[in-house]
Amino acid sequence: MRKSWWKILGLVMVASAIVGGLLGPVPVLPILHETIRNVYFHVPMWFAMLTLYLISVIFSVKYLNSGKIEHDLLAVEAVNTGVMFCAMGLFTGMLWANITWGEPWPNDPKLNGSAIATLMYLAYLVLRNALEEEQKRAKIAAVYNIFAFPVMIVLLYILPKMTDSLHPGSGGNGTFGDLDMNNHMRPVFYTSVIGWILIGVWVFTLRYRLRLLENKKNQIS
Amino acid sequence: MNTFQQIKTLVYKDIVLEWRSKYAINGILLYVVSTVFVCYQAFKSVDTLVWNALFWIILLFASINAISRSFTQESAYRQLYYYTLVSPAAIILSKIIYNSLVMLLLSTIAYAVYSLTFKQPVGDPLLYSITVLLGSMSFATVFTMVSGISAKAGNNSTLMAVLGFPVIIPLLIVLIKLAHNALVGLDRAISTGEIVVLLAINVITITISLLLFPYLWRD
Repeated sequence: MRKSWWKILGLVMVASAIVGGLLGPVPVLPILHETIRNVYFHVPMWFAMLTLYLISVIFSVKYLNSGKIEHDLLAVEAVNTGVMFCAMGLFTGMLWANITWGEPWPNDPKLNGSAIATLMYLAYLVLRNALEEEQKRAKIAAVYNIFAFPVMIVLLYILPKMTDSLHPGSGGNGTFGDLDMNNHMRPVFYTSVIGWILIGVWVFTLRYRLRLLENKKNQIS
Repeated sequence: MNTFQQIKTLVYKDIVLEWRSKYAINGILLYVVSTVFVCYQAFKSVDTLVWNALFWIILLFASINAISRSFTQESAYRQLYYYTLVSPAAIILSKIIYNSLVMLLLSTIAYAVYSLTFKQPVGDPLLYSITVLLGSMSFATVFTMVSGISAKAGNNSTLMAVLGFPVIIPLLIVLIKLAHNALVGLDRAISTGEIVVLLAINVITITISLLLFPYLWRD
């Protein structure tokens, strides 16, 4: 993962998505108007978050199998970065909701679900702080991480589908892609999603390498 | 002994241990009854929505109190002894079954006392009873694993709440919705989706517990 081509690719993709997203043509729709451009920034945050949480679960499973402390560090840094993307997703969503739905926090199952999922991952970080011993901390945190992941999926992707929701694609609403996006928007949107995922993974690897250096510094040689 | 017999023996052991002292179960029962009574004194009469929410909140806190001790009531040495005798899957399954039984008893009594004090016509009593049954099972499956994790992490009750609440909230949302459907007496066909989701979450939780518990107890 040390190669730099994918980092440059991510940067170029995000940069072109920002330019294309702010300048490109969008359909004129009631209520949404120009705010439809937020779909290029709000939705990719959640994709990046989900990718990072998925990476975290994979490394937690790997830790339980191998017992290598590096895998635990990878898992925790993926969660740290994922929580950041979740915060940005909530923030961009609140800006958008304020304009289209009239208030920053309407009582919507998807909003509440993502808030609770954030609580779950913050609980994971609290659990890590509660434990002193490294091996034990890594193991118990990995167990909780794997335990929490399916619940997060249920919260974010299954429960909102069952109830009435303001979000597209939930509660019998059509998905955003079917209703509102036209073919000019799609390429920009997918570029943005892939770009932000790459940036997220880059931030995560940087944090991991920092953590490794910190560990090395703290060791008695 | 095969796993099934091990589970049977372990559940029997837990019941006998509890029956000898009757400390925990009486304490929790008293807790439930007094909470219900406090709520009754405070609210006197409530509408359907509050009645339902209050009942599930009482059950939630009762279950957290009842289940949080499941891995700490016996000493670490005795647990080590069990671990040399039986498989970890048998231990977690027996705890889940025992906690489900406790929760079943608890929620039945809570429901009886609650509906006795707060008079509230239930539109579909059978569906409401099924919801209570499913709810006590779900609380037991989720909190057993969480209490196992928090017991390994030094077992402070804050940690149990911090770890347990976010995991139980999706279940609670579905349970409250299902219970509300039963209260107002909607057609049962509407509620099947919720029941399926509850059962699915339970199955997933039990499977993950079975997979993860062997890693948790091996210190």
